[in-house]
Parts: sequence; C-alpha cells; structure tokens
Amino acid sequence: MKDTLANTEKKTAYILTLPAVALVFAIILFPIFANVWISFKEVKLKDIRIPEPRAKKIVKSISEDTSKIKILYKLRNSSLIQEIRDVSFQDKFPKNFEIEKLDPRCEFKKYTLRCKFGNWPAKYRENFLLEFETNDGSKIDKKALKLIKPTLNGKSDNILLNTDFTLKNFKKVLFDDEFVDLLLTTFYYTFFGTVGSIIFGILTAQMVNQKFYGRTFMRSVLLFPYVAPVVALAYTWELLLDPNSGTLNSLLINYQIIETPINLLGQKYININILGFDFKLRLALTTVIMFEVWRYFPLAFLFILARLQAIPKELYEAADVDGASPFQKFFNITLPQITAVISILFMIRFIWNFNKFEDVFLLTGGASGTRTLPINVYQQGFAISDIGMGSAVSIVIVVLLLMFMFSYFKLLGKRVDEN
Amino acid sequence: MKTKNLILFTLISTFFLIFIVSIWKILATLQGLNIQNFNLQIIFIFGVLISFANLRIGNKIKGFYKSILFSLIFVICDGYLIQKLPLWYNIGIFLILYFFVNKINKYSFVNLREQHSTQIIFFEFLTLFGILFFSFVILFPFYMMLITSFKTQIALLVNPLDFSINFGQDLTSLFKSYFVIFESYNFGRYILTSTIVSVGTVIITLIFAIPAAYAIARLNFFGKTFMSTSILIIYMFPAIVLVIPLYTIFSQLGLRNSIEGLLIVYTATTLPVAIYMLQGYFKSIPKELEEAAILDKLSWFGIITKIIIPLSIPAISSVALYVFMIAWNEFLFSLMFLDNPNSFTLSRAIQYLSGDAETPRQYLMAGSVIVTLPVLFIFVYFEKYLVSGLTAGSVKG
Repeated sequence: MKDTLANTEKKTAYILTLPAVALVFAIILFPIFANVWISFKEVKLKDIRIPEPRAKKIVKSISEDTSKIKILYKLRNSSLIQEIRDVSFQDKFPKNFEIEKLDPRCEFKKYTLRCKFGNWPAKYRENFLLEFETNDGSKIDKKALKLIKPTLNGKSDNILLNTDFTLKNFKKVLFDDEFVDLLLTTFYYTFFGTVGSIIFGILTAQMVNQKFYGRTFMRSVLLFPYVAPVVALAYTWELLLDPNSGTLNSLLINYQIIETPINLLGQKYININILGFDFKLRLALTTVIMFEVWRYFPLAFLFILARLQAIPKELYEAADVDGASPFQKFFNITLPQITAVISILFMIRFIWNFNKFEDVFLLTGGASGTRTLPINVYQQGFAISDIGMGSAVSIVIVVLLLMFMFSYFKLLGKRVDEN
Repeated sequence: MKTKNLILFTLISTFFLIFIVSIWKILATLQGLNIQNFNLQIIFIFGVLISFANLRIGNKIKGFYKSILFSLIFVICDGYLIQKLPLWYNIGIFLILYFFVNKINKYSFVNLREQHSTQIIFFEFLTLFGILFFSFVILFPFYMMLITSFKTQIALLVNPLDFSINFGQDLTSLFKSYFVIFESYNFGRYILTSTIVSVGTVIITLIFAIPAAYAIARLNFFGKTFMSTSILIIYMFPAIVLVIPLYTIFSQLGLRNSIEGLLIVYTATTLPVAIYMLQGYFKSIPKELEEAAILDKLSWFGIITKIIIPLSIPAISSVALYVFMIAWNEFLFSLMFLDNPNSFTLSRAIQYLSGDAETPRQYLMAGSVIVTLPVLFIFVYFEKYLVSGLTAGSVKG
C-alpha cells in the first residue's frame, strides 16, 4: 500500500514538473548545445532561411466571356542560394470547372490541380499560365477564386543540419588582432562595474541603515535605476551627456569649468594630467562603467541592507562599552559581517556584468573602445551577418564564465578553509 | 586636541553647506537663471564663520532666533553679491541655511570634547551628504526625462539649461510630444503589444510555475534536489548566449516577429525565478491542511487550486508583479526577434525611434516616460511585496 502511494506521488511530481522542465529545456538548455553545434559551422545569416517554393495567384478574365478565365501563377524559389527538390503543387477549384489544356507536368482530377515541377535551382522563376472554363457556362466569381490559395511543397537541404564542421570560426575569433583588446575591455567593464556598484551599495546601505526622516522613501528612490526600463535610462543619459546641447556639458561650460564640450560617450581616450604624470583614460568606457554602476548598485544596496539589519545590536553595544570609534565599529564589526554577502554579490554581479549587452549597446553601440564580448556576439552575428562567428564568440563567453566560476569557488573554498 | 576638533568640525560642516548650496544653484541655473559661478570662497568663509559663531553663542540665544539670524545674514550677503536674482531663489537659500543652522545647532564645545567626536560628526554629515547626493544623482535623470518631454525642439536647442516649463500654455501644446508619438508614431499599438506580451508572460509563467513549485516543495521524487539546484544555475545563464541559436531556430519555425515567439522566450527565462520564489513560500504553508485534503480524496489539482493558491496569494502576486516588470523592461530578445514595426514592443519601438537621427529628442523622452511610468508606479505602490522578493535575487539585470 505504501509503495503504491509513493509511486503515485512520483508520477504526480513528474506530471507537475514536466511542462516547466520541457520549456526550460527547449528554450535555455537546448540552445546552449545548439550554440556549440553552430559555432563549428560556416553559417551566414542569409543561409538560415529555409528555401520555400512560392506561388502568387493572379486571376484574369478573358475578353467578354465571363465563363472563361485565365489564371497566372508566378512561381519562384524564395532562396537566392539554395535549390529546392521535388516541388509539388496543389490547388483547388469549384466543381463546375474544366481545364482547357493541361500542362504535361500536371493532372486535373476531382477539381484539384496537382503538379510535379521537379527541381528548382536557386533564384528560379516561372510564369505558369492556365485557362479554365465552366462546363455549365455560369459566371465565374473572380474574388472567390482568388481566395483559394495553392499549396506548394519541396525538399531542400538545411545547412544547419548537415555535418560539415570547421574550426575556422574559432581560429578567426581567437587569433583576431583585437581579441586581446576585446578581452581587456570586457574585463575592465565587468570588474570596475562590479566593484563600483558594490562600493556604492555599501555606502548607501550604511546610510539607509541610520534613522532619518523619509527613510522608506529614500529606499524606494535608491531602487529606481534598477527597476526602470534600460531603454529609457540609456537614452536619458545619452541626452544628458550629449556634447552639443547636453545638460552636463552646458552646465560645465556655464560655470566655466571646461571651455569646449567633452564627448563623454564618443571619445575613446582623454589625456589626464595628475601631479605631472600624463596618462590616457579610456573615456567612453569609463562613462559606460559609470552608467553601469549607477544602474546596478541598488542590487548590492538591497542585499547589504538586508544583511546589515540582521546584525545583532549587542555587538555594537559591546563595542560602545569598550569605547570603540565609529570607524573601528565599521571596520571591525560591520565589514566582517557583510563579507559573505559581498562575495556572493561579487560573483552574481560579475557574471551578469560580463554578459551585459543592452547597456553598452544602447549607449555607444560598441563604438569608441567600448566593444565588449556580448557586443561582439551581436556584431558578428547580425551586423557582419556571420552566425557561425557569433556562436563561436558566445562559446568563448561561456568557457570564460565557467573558468571564472570554477576559480572563484576554489579561491572561496580556500579562504573558508583558512578561517 | 580641542582646536583640532574645532577646525575639523567647522571644515566638515562648511563642506556640507557648500554642497547643498551648490545643488540649489545648479537647480536654479536649470530654471533659466543666469548664475555663472558658485562663489565658493564666499560660501566657505560664511560657512566657517557661521559654524564657529554657532558654537560661540551656544544657548545664549534661542535656537529658532539664531537660525533666522544666521540665515538672514547669509541671504543678504549672497543676494548682494549675486545681484538681480528672483525672490524664490533667495527664499530657497534662506531655507537651506535655516536647515543647516538647525543641523549644527546640537553641537557645542562640550560635544567636541567627547571621545571620537570628530568621527561621529563626520559620519553624521556623511549620512546627510549621502542622502542629498544620491537623491540628486538618481532623480536628476528622471527629472530631465520628464521635463524634456514637455519642451519643444527649438527651446531645447536655444537654451539647453532652461528646464522651466511654461504652465500657462494650453494642455495640447504642453503635451504635444505625447500626442505626436501616439498619432504619428503609433505608440498606442506598441503599448498594447507590450501589455499583451507582459500580461501573457505572467499568466503562462504562473500556470507552469505553480505546479512545478508545488512538486518541488512537497512531493518526493527522483531528481528533486538536482532540479532545485539547477534552477539557480540556469537562472545565472547569460541571455546573450541564447540569442543566436534561438534566432536561427525561430527564423526557421517562422516564430520571429510574432507575439507567440516572445511569449515562449519570456516565459522560459522567467520560469526559474518564479519556481524558486514560489517553492520557498509553499514550503512555509503548514502540511496538515493538505493531509486533511488527501483524506478527503482531493486530487493534486484540487489541492493546488483549493488550498495552495488561496493561501499563497501574496507570494503569487509578488511573483506576478516581478515577471510583469521583467517582461515589460526586456530589450535584448525584442531587439533580436522583432524587425517588423507592426509587432514592436515599447522598448523596441523607442530604440527604433532613436535609430533615426532626425527624431526630435522630446519625442524620444516622451516615449521613455511612457515606458517608465507603469513600472515605477507598480514599484512604488507595491514596494513592500517587491523588496523582499528582490532580495531573493529575482530581478535579473
């Protein structure tokens, strides 16, 4: 009895989870494997459209005779590069229709026209003309005739399914001159964005953890950049930083802080002189990182605030008794209490920033030295229209991420052991 | 020791004063006032003098009169130096000074002698500074977005610093950008598409997630632990990696440029979060209720619809709000899958609009306001539910 109960429980569990598991498998896990497959193939964007045989039906009347009609099918192969084999054609007609002369490739039976057109090479076109008349001489309804759509079928090779593999894509990606630069840009963007957002998160969490008037309101305001749509925020920042009539540049010029406007999103380098040392700062990249910090520090803020509120008050009371200063309390009580959260946050934000596409894409489109790996996936796949290359870059991303996660957990494990 | 504390205190409070007056001056400049410099030296001297005098006078004069006195002195000197500024600007300066003097009122020579007094003062001013700084930095872009959508192209080009809105004009010209994007750019349609996609995603996700979360929370089956850990790993997986294979598959199946295609992808990407949040809540529901239901011969469908769902309305609604926000804000997949303007979502439509360099910026900002408002409204209104879920790491970004 108990056994059957456990069995029904199992069965129910599988029935309940199956839809969700199947969907996640089809849309998330399967594409990852498909990515590996595609990355070893030479596929261009134009290759992925399956060639289709198409027919456009044009109905024309012949002179005054309403019982006779001409039908023109404009046949074509939709693909410019691939042939279609064994094209078959089928169209239906009203019961009183009779065909005048029959094309040798076709047969007309039971008011249905069936044709076998054989193979169509790429770019194939043909005007296929037929004449019909009604056997009882009644008038033909042209509109009704037009509404009946012919069906066409054909076989063609699907470039994605054949087994020609090549290492070309990976060679091109890894030995590209800009690959090192690409990696460095991605690393700067990810690392400084993550660190910046965590520092801001600590500051704001510490701030909101004090008691002051309007604290709940402040907490919502701090989350605004995180919940608002990225499209709206990116374009607002773009207008704010615009060199011609952006608010920031106008303000700086108005206060005579700068003389000529700075193109914060369109200038790759800026020379900075600090204490007699000249160095080049990657300006557009820095701006994009600032946007990233601005938009994502709220997540760090929330996590750290939740942790801060869970720290027992006794710790601080004991420190007060010992006469600890606020700085000492912060460094000796607060920081050790939030390191666990920070290390988790670092990992989450690092992974997400590493894959961040929208923000950079909307702000600069990857120009002026802000091309990161995800932007490269898009540019290879859709701007250069090379699907195989795009896939290869995604595979590089996945491999780098796995390497990061692996070494991060190892490092973390070591530190836990030491403590 | 005492003088060091005194100097530090006056410096910290003065820098705070400089900061708030500067923000006020920036905001005043943006209302079209002609302010060319901050007069930092003068504010600095006054700040030091006021802080010091405040300590010196102590409680000899009542706090209220003292604040008024200092504020008036500052306003008169400031108004004399930067002439011809309207009354509202000076009232603002007066209020800022009043606030500032009130803040430093509680410090006295006795305070400064206490242990760690400078650090305590530093932290207190840092908190105040932080509140103002972050409010300004965060709200300013939103403020700019809203104001720009009410301006005209010429006004924006002539004086980009003039953020003032003429409320005297009639409503049709004030909301002109909004009328234009609805009439000429078809925004009504995009709002409809976005709403259908977002609400559809919410419904389908819940239909898939509730049974799965229930099974993971309650039933024993092979692969349960594997499933619950892989949910989180899948959640970390980058969307950009899915884009190319999904694009090719969807192209071949004819699912691009269709709402169905978007619904499938959005549902799949939000499912792991939804299941994770829901199963956590389901575990907290007492088991006895279900045991009674099993004795009453209720099927699992009955258990879920009659017991689990009514008991977890708060959790389900917060998951629903999240999924709605994720789907509404989503941009990457809508960029990849939609290239026919007839099936654009709001985000995609705004991006498409900006692709044309001729599009006036106020239209772009009006579109941005339209796409932002629902999300911010939902967020502020349901904040209590949402924050707890956010900490569970639910909004991906």
